[in-house]
Amino acid sequence: MTDRKKGTLDRRYVMRTIVAQRGDTLMVTGLGSTTYDAGTVDHPNTFCLWGGMGAAAMTGLGLALAQPERRVLVMTGDGEALMGLGALATIGAQHPRNLAIAIIDNEHYSETGMQATHTQRGVSLGAVAQACGFAQSETIYTEAELEAMVPKLFGAEGPFFGVIKVNTQRYPMSIRVRDGAYLKDRFRENLLGAERAYY
Amino acid sequence: MKHESISRVWPDDIFDALKKADVKQVAYVPDAGHIELIASCTGDPDITAVSLTTEEEGIAMLAGAWLGGDRGALLMQSSGAGNCINMLSVPLHCRMPLLMIVTMRGEWGEFNPWQLPMGQNTERVFQDMGVYVQRANHADEVGQVVYAASQLAFSSNCVVAVLLSQRLLGFKDWSK
Ligand SMILES: Cc1ncc(C[n+]2csc(CCOP(=O)(O)OP(=O)(O)O)c2C)c(N)n1
Ligand SMILES: [Mg+2]
Repeated sequence: MTDRKKGTLDRRYVMRTIVAQRGDTLMVTGLGSTTYDAGTVDHPNTFCLWGGMGAAAMTGLGLALAQPERRVLVMTGDGEALMGLGALATIGAQHPRNLAIAIIDNEHYSETGMQATHTQRGVSLGAVAQACGFAQSETIYTEAELEAMVPKLFGAEGPFFGVIKVNTQRYPMSIRVRDGAYLKDRFRENLLGAERAYY
Repeated sequence: MKHESISRVWPDDIFDALKKADVKQVAYVPDAGHIELIASCTGDPDITAVSLTTEEEGIAMLAGAWLGGDRGALLMQSSGAGNCINMLSVPLHCRMPLLMIVTMRGEWGEFNPWQLPMGQNTERVFQDMGVYVQRANHADEVGQVVYAASQLAFSSNCVVAVLLSQRLLGFKDWSK
């Protein structure tokens, strides 16, 4: 735990940089600040979770299995990912080639008052994913490293795991739409067409 | 309950009901009562069967499946129901369908007292959350109950649990 590097990237910069290259990627975001970040670049191909802490990675797996021809990217916080740690084992075992997971790791539960998470205490989510059999796992700290990682989020063989160390900057809640039934219908209608979405 | 030379037809009836309902993803934590069904799902080329580390993963996975246009089913034993409670918020709030098939423990001739707290409360806890609970008590009704439950879930966008009575599974007589 000595000599650990600190995250300096700004989370909203990270979000903007990633979605700028999303193309037709389907995205799922985990509750808390990552969902708020996604709200600043809202898109019908993004499903934002506002509850179900620990659900993000597995929601991505179900979506990736249902849409094998599409890229699926899950973005979520370190706390949210820690609550669903078993999901990394399930995903490693299932090995979906079209799934990537990006952790916005500020080493804190920022939503609930900035308490430290285990990632600040030496737990490496990237090493967990590696040990669970993800095709690739990387942990990054700088803008240059982020630039190099973004194409992998959208193109590298999955399951791909990227831990993006960010600073502890907090932003105001950005998103207006938070009704889950609406977000689900919007996502399905855009992906499947109205006829299939509501049959 | 134990997997010694049991021969029963209702697991095949459940499988047929899931196929008829066009289920494409099946998530499970193993239970002895689901042995044959898990094997059938794993062997079907049109079904992706996913082994979970905990039941709540299946709730999230099938929410993702539904977002992507796939129907799914989650298999578990009654003790797994307790692992799911908060995660049920996702399909319940989002009005997504969810079909759960739950083998009951802690009721009919149970030998393990540790199964009782969850088994005796599974139905009530599910109902308290807003899950519609349907029961199958007899072998010849299982297929119909599961198919009807699938229609309820997928055409009304609601969360349905089919509880398979422990009576179906038989019990080991530990007094002998
Ligand atoms: C089951 C459950 N436990 C606790 C909470 C409270 N909660 C909401 S957000 C959050 C922290 C999320 O932390 P992280 O994923 O690291 O997000 P960030 O730091 O980016 O906000 C917690 C603990 C919750 N919503 N659900
Ligand atoms: Mg955090």
